[in-house]
Amino acid sequence: MSALRVSVWRGTESGRFQSFEVPRLASQTVLDVVTFIQRELDPTLAYRYACRVGMCGSCAMTVNGRARWTCRTHVDSVAQGGRLEIAPLRNLPVVRDLVTDMTPFFDKWASARGRFQGGATRKDDFARVAPGSPARQLADAGIECIGCGVCYSSCDVVAWTPAYLGPAALNRAWTLVNDVRDTGNRARLAAVAGDAGCHACHTHMSCSERCPKQISPTAAIAGLKRATALAALRGELEG
Amino acid sequence: MNTRSQVLLWAAQRASAAVLAVCVVVHLVTIIYAVRNGLSAAEVLGRTQGSVAWAAFYALFVAAVSVHAPIGLRSVLAETFNWRGASLEVTVAATGLALALWGFRAVYAVFA
Repeated sequence: MSALRVSVWRGTESGRFQSFEVPRLASQTVLDVVTFIQRELDPTLAYRYACRVGMCGSCAMTVNGRARWTCRTHVDSVAQGGRLEIAPLRNLPVVRDLVTDMTPFFDKWASARGRFQGGATRKDDFARVAPGSPARQLADAGIECIGCGVCYSSCDVVAWTPAYLGPAALNRAWTLVNDVRDTGNRARLAAVAGDAGCHACHTHMSCSERCPKQISPTAAIAGLKRATALAALRGELEG
Repeated sequence: MNTRSQVLLWAAQRASAAVLAVCVVVHLVTIIYAVRNGLSAAEVLGRTQGSVAWAAFYALFVAAVSVHAPIGLRSVLAETFNWRGASLEVTVAATGLALALWGFRAVYAVFA
């Protein structure tokens, strides 16, 4: 049985990589490797996961320099020369070891008004939305985001402009802009515009390239740029 | 700067980029034509002096540069040096003004 040489980040914002040797197994995922280290080699290692099958979005880490879901990343696909380097997600405060504090990430979803705001009451009939309508298709393109933070961690603009809302929050806002039932778009467009909003995006497309759900936040951000520019020209952008 | 102004700056940079895309091509073709045909400075001036068309074209070019470059510089400075606020706005506005002054002076020099 061959062995993997694994460097794992230990500490908080300051710390160091610690080396471990882990047995290499068939169909082994990076999450399997981290779990082996914690259960067999060092029980003080802190990391986060829940579902193990790519549904919860809680096990994202930086693996060999790239943000990934560790549960759906096979060691075979990333271990160059039998080596792995596992670090916490970039652009988020590190709680300890491989665990990041996701608070800024989700606070920005709230700042981008990522919450559905309906106008109907229980006395109204169901809204009938044609699945093939252009607006619903645009919303559906981004609706499967599970908030794992891979795009946020991969975005250089987040690193350069800490107030930038980031790809996930803007993608969420775009799905709501295209939801015909939502009534909060005037305030939402104002919330996502400007230097800390969609206009900060340089279209590097790291978010789209690395999204494990194959969503394109870049396309969503481009849509928001158009919608907010039109609103600004019409004088409808508050703030 | 309020959000609407930030968005309008973005729109201005996009619009000026569209103008520059055309102007840069025309400018490069003009340079290559002048160099390959061995035009002297006097011959170039002979074509530009009194030409309203060339003056209008280069005035548009200068205007587009004066809008486009400072807005881009604003983002570069903010992201590279974490420089934001009124001092940045004044600096990039001054940069745009300087580009416009120098550019229009050059246009006038080859027109008059």
